Amino acid sequence: MGPNLLANYYETAAMLIFGIGFTALFLSRNMIKKVIGFNLMDTGMFLFLAAKGYVEGRSAPILTDGVRSATAYINPVPAGLVLTGIVVSVSVTAFLLALTVRLYLKYRTLNLDEMLQRSRRNEAES
Amino acid sequence: MTAVQNYPFALIMLFLASGVICFVLSGRIAKWYCLVLCGVGTVMMAMTLRYVLAAGESYVYLMGHFPSPWGNELRIGPFEALMAALFCAIALFSIMGGMEHILEDCEERKVNLYFASFCLLMSSMLALIFTNDLFTAYVFIEINTITACALVMLNYRNGGALIATTRYLIMSLLGSGLFLIAVILLYDLTGHLLMEPLGAAVETLRMTGGYLFPLTVIVGLLSVGLGIKSAIFPFHTWLPDAHANATSASSALLSGLVLKAYVILLIKLIYRVMSMESHAVSFAADMLFVFGVLAMIIGSVLAMGEQDLKRMLAYSSVAQVGYIYAGIGLGTTAGMIAAGTQIVTHAITKPMLFCAAGGFMGVSGGSRRISDLRGAAWRDPLSGVAFFVGALSMIGIPLFGGFATKLQLTLASIALPGWKAWLSIAAIVLSTVLNAIYYLKTTAALYSKDGTSPYDELRVTYRTLYRALYVIAILAFIILNIWQGIGSGTFTGIIREGLSLLG
Amino acid sequence: MASYRLFRRFANWVEGEEVYPIPEIEKNGSSVREHPITEDMARVRSSDEGVGTLLRRWMDSPQGVAAFRRVYTVTAALLCAAIVTLLLVTVSYLPRFGAPDNPANNEVPRRYIEQGLSETGAINVVAGMILDYRAFDTLGESNVLFAATVAVLILLRDDGEGKKKKRAIPELKQEPERERPDPILRASAAVVGPFALLYGVYVILNGHLSAGGGFSGGAILGAALMLLSAAFGQEKLERVFTARRCKALTFLALMCYALLKSWSFYTGANHLPSGIPLGTPGSILSGGLILPLNICVGLVVGCTMYSFYACFRSGGMRDGT
Repeated sequence: MGPNLLANYYETAAMLIFGIGFTALFLSRNMIKKVIGFNLMDTGMFLFLAAKGYVEGRSAPILTDGVRSATAYINPVPAGLVLTGIVVSVSVTAFLLALTVRLYLKYRTLNLDEMLQRSRRNEAES
Repeated sequence: MTAVQNYPFALIMLFLASGVICFVLSGRIAKWYCLVLCGVGTVMMAMTLRYVLAAGESYVYLMGHFPSPWGNELRIGPFEALMAALFCAIALFSIMGGMEHILEDCEERKVNLYFASFCLLMSSMLALIFTNDLFTAYVFIEINTITACALVMLNYRNGGALIATTRYLIMSLLGSGLFLIAVILLYDLTGHLLMEPLGAAVETLRMTGGYLFPLTVIVGLLSVGLGIKSAIFPFHTWLPDAHANATSASSALLSGLVLKAYVILLIKLIYRVMSMESHAVSFAADMLFVFGVLAMIIGSVLAMGEQDLKRMLAYSSVAQVGYIYAGIGLGTTAGMIAAGTQIVTHAITKPMLFCAAGGFMGVSGGSRRISDLRGAAWRDPLSGVAFFVGALSMIGIPLFGGFATKLQLTLASIALPGWKAWLSIAAIVLSTVLNAIYYLKTTAALYSKDGTSPYDELRVTYRTLYRALYVIAILAFIILNIWQGIGSGTFTGIIREGLSLLG
Repeated sequence: MASYRLFRRFANWVEGEEVYPIPEIEKNGSSVREHPITEDMARVRSSDEGVGTLLRRWMDSPQGVAAFRRVYTVTAALLCAAIVTLLLVTVSYLPRFGAPDNPANNEVPRRYIEQGLSETGAINVVAGMILDYRAFDTLGESNVLFAATVAVLILLRDDGEGKKKKRAIPELKQEPERERPDPILRASAAVVGPFALLYGVYVILNGHLSAGGGFSGGAILGAALMLLSAAFGQEKLERVFTARRCKALTFLALMCYALLKSWSFYTGANHLPSGIPLGTPGSILSGGLILPLNICVGLVVGCTMYSFYACFRSGGMRDGT
């Protein structure tokens, strides 16, 4: 165990959120809970990234009052990465929800196991 | 900079823009547009390949006005150019071979959306092959995930495809989540996202012994993340349903190309970021090797138990991807060359098998069950020949593509001391026997003449335009396969040179 | 004798005989009834079936499903716990939070901040970074959004199978416009809606000067459109903002984006001057390509958000009648 677990409390919290989301996405049988899990997972990652960019005592990377020294602003790279991540997360969430709508219309359940059983049954019938 | 050097960038942008163009075209025009585009792409990539082979070196293409640690970059060498040319050609033939089924399975007014997804998929795979930047790779992995799922769920009215898509999407998201975490951790430790400075920074860290534990974790996360997406053995559960329920062109694209794009990215990461020397002794290599060997055997065993032709082919893909990972896991250059050869072999064989499966289904009332397909090879002789050639290649009979892989992998294993050599050779032998059993059994069923199939009276006709396309595609696949089998030196030589330039 | 039986079984299997009978299904589909297996049949069957098919039969039975689920859950939970522990241990080794000498604060952000203004013309360093230094990522990003649009349209767009009134997905049918729509919603949307649209435009146009940009501004635009649609009815909004126009806007914006960026990639790689003036820092017309790119991105995001909404609400947008 390294020395920085508590000093990096943002990252620690982010990883816990990531873990909760990962577990929900992996284990939950309910599609909506899976979507929530996916969003939690991504949120954890965004928090992690945002924390990575922060430097103590510096301000957001929008040049103000003509100050152009790198020591005045935080790291802009993670901010850009978070932006990209958010867009990806929105897109995938829309896709997952659309799939959920279709699945519900077809099988009248949100439970993935039930769906699998019903689809097997349909296959066997045909 | 000569004009040829612009082609990789131009092709990526062309496919991206074509996704948008297909979105507004009608399906009738979009399909021809895509075929032409793939043809043009193949020619462009072949020219690029010729250029880099003649120049004997790889080059960096700036995406913008800013050099390495600040801007995005592409990197083009023989390995990348060969793979890109191959991908365009295979995509062309897969779409040609499955065109008839695309139009059958898809709602008429959504055909253009299928081709829009296809263009975006191609663009993302080319970007994954050429990119020199980890975060670009992540973005295009996501495009790849979404569009690949879109191709699977195209025929969502037919039941299974929806669930298969959902499982595929969820597993893919877990994989890309792990990949993203690894990229962020790597950025945190080094402050870079481009492969060149990353590799240098990782090398420095290794020298000074800093951050040893996080680095190990990162390598593991990268391997597992990309492994999930390329269906490495314990994470393969999404693959059979997804590949079996898609329309035959999608199955061909997914098994032939999409799985490989991630492996190619992994190979580039190993060469350019992790460095070959540390990969050879790393835990991740051993892990990939063991998973690969297990996949070779268990994939074949699962394929033997299948009564569904396309699921059998999908399980066979699991086994074949196992060969690639076993090659990577050997940790030597020879192993990497074997992996590269296997990428080529599988990319030219499996799409042909899936197209042939589509042909059989066409003369068997759309059923995928092998019992319904008995005698289908007589009803559709060309598909029969294609399946037979594909089966021989997958088994590894000399003169066909699969033999080249097995030869390379055996040579690579023999050269290696220790447990990996024995395990690998034993796995190759066992897997070959298993492959032979189930492929020959299926071929025998397809050629059986007992007339028990209810579709015995059906016959294929070659009168339509799509059938002509199908014939061309199958012939091209067969020629490629025999070329790989007989003149296996061509591709393997390029791969060897490309890999040496990667490092 | 035993070896002969084994050989027979193998030969049967090679012949491709079905060894996996489909369980009989009750027609109402509520429960799966197993074949009544007499002892004799059971013996015959067990000699005919391979281990794999037996395993599959067991896994399809209710007990099998439950057992499989239990094993799967335990393994998966352990796996998740292992991953979280691993990540937490990794975090404990990472550089300290907020320290100025962390490896990430190297020459890369230094150049973005110190030379960003002279090289990209943007006051907002992040805008300069994502639309100029690392523009290829962002181009890919807007195409992720587009790919998702295509996927959602494939799943949910309701083409009505040729007939105007008949819906393929009756559940997604829009409920008939109420005679008297919610007065509170209407009144507040009438006030807030135009301002929200205006604010979206402001955020897009000032992307290179202050916090914001195409993505956030586009999201505001999309939200404003959704609000108007919810308050005044989809039909009414889509009389102006038709499906055709939305498609055309998306197409034009994405094509513009791709063309502009292609030009800058092409000139960059070939070491040609791009010939795009950067303008006076701080004014609206500055920042080279960043302003037009922000407008393109904003339009794409706005249209996409609204078409997601329309798809989920009623199976897609309508062409104006």
